[in-house]
Amino acid sequence: MCVTCGCGTPNPTLAAVADEGAQRLVRLEADLLGANDRIARANREHFAAHGVTALNLVSSPGSGKTALLCATLRALRARDPGRPLAVIEGDQQTSLDADRIRATGVPAVQVNTGRGCHLDARMVTDAFGALPIHGHVHDGPHGHDGPHGRDGPHDHHAHGHPGAHGGGHGPGLLFIENVGNLVCPALWDLGEAAKVAVLSVTEGDDKPLKYPDLFAAARLVVINKVDLLPYVDFDVARCVAAARRVNPAVEVLQLSARTGDGLPAWLDWIDAMAASPIRPAAAHAQAPVPARTAA
Amino acid sequence: MHELSLAAGILDLVEDAGRREGFARVAVLRLEVGRLAGVEVSALRFALQAIAPGTCLAGARVEIDEPAARAACPDCGADVEVTGHGQACPACGGAPLRPTGGTALRVVDLLVEDERRSEACA
Repeated sequence: MCVTCGCGTPNPTLAAVADEGAQRLVRLEADLLGANDRIARANREHFAAHGVTALNLVSSPGSGKTALLCATLRALRARDPGRPLAVIEGDQQTSLDADRIRATGVPAVQVNTGRGCHLDARMVTDAFGALPIHGHVHDGPHGHDGPHGRDGPHDHHAHGHPGAHGGGHGPGLLFIENVGNLVCPALWDLGEAAKVAVLSVTEGDDKPLKYPDLFAAARLVVINKVDLLPYVDFDVARCVAAARRVNPAVEVLQLSARTGDGLPAWLDWIDAMAASPIRPAAAHAQAPVPARTAA
Repeated sequence: MHELSLAAGILDLVEDAGRREGFARVAVLRLEVGRLAGVEVSALRFALQAIAPGTCLAGARVEIDEPAARAACPDCGADVEVTGHGQACPACGGAPLRPTGGTALRVVDLLVEDERRSEACA
């Protein structure tokens, strides 16, 4: 059987099949990720309507994404106890990560992808709808209880008022922890303001070169577990050079989620992201944001 | 392994077209997968083969164009073809180049048959 197509002939040609007659060409010119991208755009507008900035954390398993999130949420709570915060946790199985997040007092929804290797925009739409940060705006007189449409979040034209809620608190933040995987999540836009690639010093410092798609798609690289630097051969300068080689505009921060070292600069970066205007059309472009970059 | 979800997305697009156009089976499926699309072409072929039986893609030949990305070298200004992130300019050796394009991921067209020789696209 033909390996290419399973057609049973050793080497078929287009001319041969065209001669069979009763064949016609159907032009599709259809973007394979088009359906996901449409939902992601709707998510982006939905987040903006709620005054929420979404960050998509991507890394390989074990880089410390959940530990970083727990430390981040506690620190954000300490800075501004009333700020709306929420987390969407993506894992193949278990609710262990969402349980860890909820222990900080921040609402979290666990998405189990089963055999899936990444989150997609539809999963984020559904998870966001289940979070209190979403209901925050809808508790008012204009609240709506209808189900979300199949093609994305509901219409906010009647009641979109970005940043108008919160009563003096900082703008809302939604952290999306993607499935631990350095390959597949690079392709799927979830509607986030930025992808943040997390890399720990117990991994190889050449990882950005080995997994370029994900580092090319990231706006920020967080180098985590820097408290372990004395015990490992990780070369920070080499890692930063590798990241900038695949993505010259990428920003880099070094921190330790365990000791809290470097955490303030990360919180400032988040604040700068939340303060920058959300431009749905340009949100996917990697425009630099004003933020400190420690390299 | 995201190639399997992409293959399922391709089948959805083809079956939608089948409902619209009323064809019975696909003889040739033509895809465009840019070199920087983050897709392993052999894995995508394998995934398509795995899901094709019993669908209108059964027996279809899969042709995949893999266009390269281009980049303008910031040092010498050359407009060059690149096949990956972080490559040096082949003209002047300057690095790194920032590629544009090469991320297309599209179903281009289908050569379809109307006879009901196999299961129709329902």
